[in-house]
Amino acid sequence: MSEIKMVKNAVGRMVPTMVNGVPQVPYKGVGKHQPTGRKVGPPIAQAGDYPRSGDKRVPTIKEALVKCGIRSGMTIGSHHHFRNGDKLMLQVFAACDELGIRDLVWFPSAAFPCHKPLIELMERGVIRRIEGSLNGPLGAYASRGQMDGVAVLRSHGGRWQAVQDGEVHIDIAILAAPTADAFGNSTGDRGPNACGSINFGLIDSMTADRVIVATDNLVPFPCLPWQVQGNNVDYVVELDEIGDPEKIISGTTRITKSPDRLLIAEYTAKFIRACDLYRPGFSMQAGAGGTALATAIFLREYMLEDDIKAAFMRGGSTKYMVKMLEEGLIGFILDGQTFDLEGVRSMRENSNHVPTSPFTSYNWHGKGCFASMVDFVVLGATEVDVNFNANVATHTDGQMLHGIGGWQNCLDANVTILPIPSFRNRVPIIMDEVTTLCGPGELIDVIITERGIAINPRRTDLLEQTAGKGLPIKPIEQIKAEVERFAGGPPAKPKVTDEVIGVVKWVDGTIIDSIFRVAE
Amino acid sequence: MSQVRGEAGARGGKVRSDCWVAFEPRDGGGIELQVKSKVASMYGENIRQQVLAGLAVLGIEHGFVEVEDAGALPFVIDARLETAVRRALGTLEGQIIPEKTVEIASSAKDRFRRSRLYLPGNTPKLMYNAGLYNADGIILDLEDAVAPAEKDAARCVIRNAMRVIDFGGAELMVRINQGERGLEDLEWIVPHGVQLILIPKVESAEEVRAVDARIGQICDRVGITAPIWLMPIIESGRGTLESLAIAEACPFVCSLAIGLEDYTADIGVPRTKEGAESLWMRGFVINAARAAGVQPIDTVFSDVGDEEGLRASVREAKAMGFDGKGCIHPRQIPVVNQEFAPTTAQIDKAMRIVLAFDDATARGLGVVSLGSKMIDPPVVKRALHTVQLAIATGLLADNWKQEA
Repeated sequence: MSEIKMVKNAVGRMVPTMVNGVPQVPYKGVGKHQPTGRKVGPPIAQAGDYPRSGDKRVPTIKEALVKCGIRSGMTIGSHHHFRNGDKLMLQVFAACDELGIRDLVWFPSAAFPCHKPLIELMERGVIRRIEGSLNGPLGAYASRGQMDGVAVLRSHGGRWQAVQDGEVHIDIAILAAPTADAFGNSTGDRGPNACGSINFGLIDSMTADRVIVATDNLVPFPCLPWQVQGNNVDYVVELDEIGDPEKIISGTTRITKSPDRLLIAEYTAKFIRACDLYRPGFSMQAGAGGTALATAIFLREYMLEDDIKAAFMRGGSTKYMVKMLEEGLIGFILDGQTFDLEGVRSMRENSNHVPTSPFTSYNWHGKGCFASMVDFVVLGATEVDVNFNANVATHTDGQMLHGIGGWQNCLDANVTILPIPSFRNRVPIIMDEVTTLCGPGELIDVIITERGIAINPRRTDLLEQTAGKGLPIKPIEQIKAEVERFAGGPPAKPKVTDEVIGVVKWVDGTIIDSIFRVAE
Repeated sequence: MSQVRGEAGARGGKVRSDCWVAFEPRDGGGIELQVKSKVASMYGENIRQQVLAGLAVLGIEHGFVEVEDAGALPFVIDARLETAVRRALGTLEGQIIPEKTVEIASSAKDRFRRSRLYLPGNTPKLMYNAGLYNADGIILDLEDAVAPAEKDAARCVIRNAMRVIDFGGAELMVRINQGERGLEDLEWIVPHGVQLILIPKVESAEEVRAVDARIGQICDRVGITAPIWLMPIIESGRGTLESLAIAEACPFVCSLAIGLEDYTADIGVPRTKEGAESLWMRGFVINAARAAGVQPIDTVFSDVGDEEGLRASVREAKAMGFDGKGCIHPRQIPVVNQEFAPTTAQIDKAMRIVLAFDDATARGLGVVSLGSKMIDPPVVKRALHTVQLAIATGLLADNWKQEA
């Protein structure tokens, strides 16, 4: 590790030129890195090698893995649509263990606390490392520098970009499918354990050398709709269980009851209402997270009062968004992942509730994507700084705690709003410099705290539109000073070693920042 | 010398923004300090320095101090440390008083007291954002919301909170305990910026005068000239019957509040949502307050989840003649403030009267008239009040006269 060269990138952060043996490009600025070359694809197959009947079933995961030619050192791709209710990947890695396979790289679109047992497999060498959003216990494990190699944190769009650009090669993709036919056509929107969309696995299905679909609800051909096309699938395995959709509701998808957060949500909705872009036909994305959900609820009241309807909202869908769709307040839900069972039902029943993929929504290396067409996006952050840079990957103590999700991709919206409390447990969230820079300040327009609203000075348009409307608009430095006064000054910076334990990729595949191991 | 350990504060998995401090006096060996903190890497050194400085203020040279911190703000750490030392020593002359970083303008007898938010006096994490919700008043409670064994701890927390927390222009109130303990409470709060004292379970004018006399002594001693208003709470049959004398007990009484849990218990009936059992009492106290020229203030609505119930309750209170209502959750405040707001018709009429008054004053006329109608001084006064209320509720711009 210590031989790696560190260089300063365009936002002044020191980043390695090589990660896990792969050469890297330092971040150059928004839109500054011009990609070249052609996208990757899977090996060319021939129909003659597959059953004419279309029946690709094999009895067990283990057999499917063997048929796919599983070997030590391979990269396994999977999607996270069951979120904390996933029951597939533990079975997959247990099968690998039984087969004596070692040194695997797991490349999920996200990992959750339910995957904690994999730590044991990492310690025994079955899994060498996980490349994907690390949350909870796995995040803590990697933070301690215990995971082999460097954690590579990517956005949802960045994962698609990395695969299509050939930065990450998936050897075998294993996709949980709440409903599938024997040919491999699969969908997530129906079946006894429906979880909504499974489109985070789409790129895996399109590019992996081998693709396995695992389902607990096999239906006769054709499985309709097909979110994943069977023509990309090698084998289909029937399992007793693949996941528990009740657990797609994670802690971050409940409305807040905290009066402070409700106040922040109310300010956020009022701010949106004060902007010129709030007009008939506007569009919006509010992520999971109690404050974002509460914002949508306040905004709904204003939309009813003002008789304003949104053209579309981007999901993460929840029951609150579904209600607005069914009331006619939203024209369409364009949904990347479903956060509760009402969202799942709506996607199945309502043709205006459309599953999207990281390709359509977020992929920077495409011919545009939906992210830039969104008027308002409401996101979270662990920290921000006086230059409006923001952090979602680490906390102020330097620990790696969160996955990036679609966060970086969403920054491309017309008005990017971060509603966040001004401090958490004594620690102020407005810093001179964020601990880890995940999003550059030039893309972050508004920071809304319970102590006031800070507008990025670059956005003179927003400053003008929202002035004199009774909103508590203040310079960001003023909010920072207020908090530091009662917190007893700014927090001490974490003492870190020079060991890079993680890197944060920007949406174009360049490295925007490094995460260093915190000193004991 | 027996070595007694003093402990104060809270610890454990669920504790946030508070800390636990233990202190054991020693005869020699200096200070031994152990700090465990959830924010150790960011504020660990800061906490150590603060504790050592606090011990120096208290004149403690030897002892063992243990701190378990869950992100407590500095004013809380000071309060917990002082309480732990006081508990260990049994008595302590010194106090760790944080530097006063907020200045509060003095309060007026007839200011709005529509909404007042109760905060338990020993729960600091609820305090530092309490000023964000536009309550007319914030009550730091030393009485029913604090367990008997924690009264000393709450006194320190409240004293420190008043010096460092910006309550956003809310009137700063403290509800003291009953009787002698309440008079002792005053020593901890009067020197530090309190603007109004709520006196619980008052049954006689003498009780109010005893509080007023003690406040006067403390103010003279420490040189406070700003008025400290009194809000006696009527919570019994006897208190009700004495309410006129209580309201007139001294010139600093600004309001009479009621407490219905204790009142219904006192008259021996269950408290109902409809409130028939307290109808007479409420009407009587309103009349006593009005007769004495002070504000009648309603009790709290305790079902936090029932916004419509709260709204109905505030409407009833307003219709009966109350000027304000207690809140136990910040989300109740906007409802209370809105419902005590005047109607558009009332505001329009009040604006016309105020403009006529301005006009008469400018022309040196002794009589205000609107059209052909003469306006009596109390009507002008009420119109001014209505206009102020409309501005406070956001229904009228404060520069409305320029636009009128």
